[in-house]
Amino acid sequence: MDIKVNVREAPGHAYVVELSGEIDVYTSPKVKDAITELIDQGHYNLVIDLGKVRYIDSTGLGVLIGGLKRVREHGGSVNLVCTNPQIKKIFDITGLVKIFGIFDDEESAMKALV
Amino acid sequence: MQNSTAGIVELRIPRRAEWVAVARLAIAAVANRLRFSIEEIEDVKLAVAEACTNCILQPDAGDQIEILCETKEDGLTVRVSSFRAAAPSLRAAEDAEGDAQVGALGIFLIRSLMDTVQYEAGRGRGTDLVMTKKVSE
Repeated sequence: MDIKVNVREAPGHAYVVELSGEIDVYTSPKVKDAITELIDQGHYNLVIDLGKVRYIDSTGLGVLIGGLKRVREHGGSVNLVCTNPQIKKIFDITGLVKIFGIFDDEESAMKALV
Repeated sequence: MQNSTAGIVELRIPRRAEWVAVARLAIAAVANRLRFSIEEIEDVKLAVAEACTNCILQPDAGDQIEILCETKEDGLTVRVSSFRAAAPSLRAAEDAEGDAQVGALGIFLIRSLMDTVQYEAGRGRGTDLVMTKKVSE
């Protein structure tokens, strides 16, 4: 069980964090490190692509919430790409659908950043 | 042949983050033996993993997590126990404060995904989290 993290720059001074695998108490520090590094470098508009994420727990949600809080302090935002119904359900029941922009594809998530 | 879905499964894992995936896979395999839907199996898997994570976030807990699962034809009961060795130290309590938000979110998820959730005094070892889920009709 592992998580793969791929970070790439996108047009419009935004960055895409592509995640693949399972985000839990063991793997979430790796995700946190990637997001923290981007923010520390001054990148405050992020799209986090959960398209290949099969599982997320409260520690993973905590990392996403922490990242969102930090970018908002700098006028930035975090949009998510998520199509997995089980993961969407977790965002629904925790009410995080109201906090994050959640989109079906990267293009829509990018457009909504600006 | 007797009822093949009734039984007791016990799993003990080290209280370390890398072992939670093992608990998750094991409970999914157990739930799969009942008539749970795929979505319900995912619910049970997440709830048990959250309970294990909660044990890991507890300050000064012991080094083991015990997962006791009783299956019946119409559902299952899972008891997750941590082996707390001593009262939390001040430093541990401070660390725990930082994890409190994640812990609260985890408990909220467990309550949302399972039918019943309760805390029970452990067998002299701390607090057990006991949760049930019925197979939907």
